[in-house]
Formats: sequence, structure tokens, C-alpha cells
Amino acid sequence: MRILAAVIAIAAGLLVLAGYFFPEISVLVTIQTLLLNWALLMLAAATLVGALNLAAVHTNKIRRREKGNLYSAVLLVFLFGVFMLGLIFKPGHEVMRLLLNGLLLPVEASLMAVLAVTLLYAGVRLLRRRADFTSLIFVATAALILLGSATLPFGNIPVVTSISLWVKQVLAVGGARGILIGVALGSLLTGLRVLFGADRPYGGN
Amino acid sequence: MIEIAIFAFAAFLLLILTFWKRKSPAVLRELPALARLQRAIGVSVEDGSRLHVSLGQGGLLNAQGGSALAGLAALRIISERTSVSDKPPVASAGDPLLGLLTQDTLQAGYHAAGVDELYAPTSGRITGLGPFGFAAGAMPITANENISANLLLGHFGVEAGLLTEAAERESVQLIGASDNLAGQSILFASAQDALIGEELFAAGAYIGAGPSHTASLTVQDLLRLIVILALLGGAFLKFAGMI
Repeated sequence: MRILAAVIAIAAGLLVLAGYFFPEISVLVTIQTLLLNWALLMLAAATLVGALNLAAVHTNKIRRREKGNLYSAVLLVFLFGVFMLGLIFKPGHEVMRLLLNGLLLPVEASLMAVLAVTLLYAGVRLLRRRADFTSLIFVATAALILLGSATLPFGNIPVVTSISLWVKQVLAVGGARGILIGVALGSLLTGLRVLFGADRPYGGN
Repeated sequence: MIEIAIFAFAAFLLLILTFWKRKSPAVLRELPALARLQRAIGVSVEDGSRLHVSLGQGGLLNAQGGSALAGLAALRIISERTSVSDKPPVASAGDPLLGLLTQDTLQAGYHAAGVDELYAPTSGRITGLGPFGFAAGAMPITANENISANLLLGHFGVEAGLLTEAAERESVQLIGASDNLAGQSILFASAQDALIGEELFAAGAYIGAGPSHTASLTVQDLLRLIVILALLGGAFLKFAGMI
């Protein structure tokens, strides 16, 4: 079973890759599209499994009266409530849109607001926790970029604005490209390990 | 044609070096965050506390798949080493397919440690879909489940700030790595230990995931050197007016 899972995974990976490398061979592109469509179907099924898993985790918490079980109960009520409403009204219905726009989006927006405060606090604490050269550069750059892009009551400071622009367009872009090239190489090698079957995050192996 | 050549070259090097590295011990440079990760794994087994491994919300069908797979490779080793602990690790993900693979990987770790009967499917969780839903679901794990260390290995954006804050509030160690630039900067500013850039992909090699992981680090270094030479060569040719 484990070998079969590995064979299927490696063959599917190679076929999808071949479709990217040889777009002029229509059979390969057709197979690639078919496999990706199957993957999308599996994604939908996995979402349902994920919701059931989430429900199981929180049901256990309530049953064992663990810390925070009240929140678990609220989560389960809303999970099944929204699921039932979705089945009754269908996702495009006004009620579902109201739930999305009136409940989910404001909650996410409030988390974003909390994040802004959290990051400000983290920036203040950074030098206290790790007082080294890189942290100093980090804080100084953040302050420079903020000063250069914020609308100040007395108008922009020309020197700061031009230095900030230069840092953003030259140093930051160069550094970001370097990091992204490293991430791309890491992703390539990780994908290769999976294609060769050296890493098998499937089939219980 | 260039991409096929890069792919074939990298694949060839990886195969050769994997066989070579099987015979020679890995020599790796010191990365403080990954040294602490090793210690955190040991401490969780010794003091009966739990590790929380979060794999982020990167999907397997898009560009973030690489970081998700790197996180899974590390999770496989962590679950094998800590599954016999009184409090086995808990893993969270924000993508349905990644969530399923998280459970499968945890189960594989238990199987490798010979304690299949201890595996609980609820130890691998999909805490929410979307960045903030995922973070909101993962935050209470730190507070409620006797966690000694949080390991963030995968695709995290700005929502990483909420997870670091939750860890800070509970005085729990957090080691973080993301393939996302915004996530990396937030982890650098707010986590005790942050891995920058491709260091995320080195985690497996540092915790003993095998010769293929150490070989892939060497191949990454070689490819990076080639990219640097190509960039310098291109800049020189442009400067000389040849291109």
C-alpha cells in the first residue's frame, strides 16, 4: 500500500511537471489539467474532512471540560449553524452574504487591528530582547521608511524622503530578491526530494 | 529550455550528493534557532510538555507548496522523536490538504517509533481557513495545551504576529520560519528565534531527517553560487555594453 501511494504520488508529480515543461505536447497538458482538477476535487473533500476534524477536536474539549471549552461550544454552534444555513439558502443567498459581511469580515478586520498594535509593541520590545546590530538596523530602517512615507503635520522632510525611497527601491528590493531566490531554490530541492520519494508525507510511511 | 536544464542539473546533483552523504557525516554551520529547536524537542520529551508544530496556511497546489512540504518533513522527524512523550506533539495547518498530510505525517512518526496505538487523529488539526481564521484557531493551543515550544515552519504572512503574541503572553518559546517576506520580517521582530530566507528548508537537515536533506542543502549552496556568478556576469556584460 505504501509503495503504491509512493508510485501514484511520484507519477502524478512527474506528469504535472511534464505538462509545464512541454506545453506543446497536448496529451501532457490534458493529463496535467485532469490531475489538477482531481486535486481540486480532493481539496473540496479535504475541507469537509477538516471541518469534521475541527468539530471532533472541540467536541473532545467540551467533553473533557478543558480550559476554554466555552469558546469551543460557541465555535461548534456557529460551525453547524452556518453549515445548515448554507445548505438551506445556498452560498450566494442574501443571508449568507450578510453572515460573511456582517460577522466574518468585521472579526477578521478586528484581528488585523489587534495585529497593528501587536507589531508596534513587538518593535518596541525588539531592542530590549535582542540588542544586536541587525536589530538596530531593523528598527532604524522601519523608522526611516515610516518617516519617509507618513504624512507629517509639518510636511515631508526632503532628505528623509529621498533616503527612504532609495532604501525601499534599492536595498530592500535587492535584499528581497536575494531572499526570494533562496526560497525558490529551497522549494525546488524540497519538490525534488518528494519527486524522488526521499520525503513521503503521505501513505503513513 | 532553461528551466528543464536547471531542473535536470539540480536533480542530478541531488541524487549524486545523497548517495555521497550517506557515507560521510553532515557538517553544518551553526544556526542558533535550529540548535534551540533540537533542545526544544529534547526538553518536551523530558519534562512531559507538548510541542506545537504549526505548518501555516500555504496550499499544496500553489507556490507555497515548497514551504509546506519542508514543514511536513520536519514534522515527520519531530513526531517520531516525541511521540513516546507523555504529551505527544500537536500540529496545526490552515489548508485542508495540508491538514490531511499533517495527520498522515504524524501517524507515520508514531509508526516509525513503534507506538501506533498512541496516535490520536485530533493531534493534527486544521484550525481555520484563511490567514486570520487559521491564526485565531491556532492561538488557543499555546494557552490551553501545556505547550513548551511553538514551531512555526511553513507559509505565514502577517498573521504570524498574532501567534508570536500568543506565545509571548504564555512565556512559551517560539521558533519561526516562513517563505513569505512579510511573515519573515514579523517573525524577526517578534519571535525569540527566527529563521530567515531559505533557512526554513534547512530545518530537516539539522534535526536529522537524513542524507537527502543535507545533500539538498549542498545543492542549494551550489545553485546559489551559480546564480550569484550569473548575476555578476550579467551586470559586468551590461556595464561593458556587450548586452
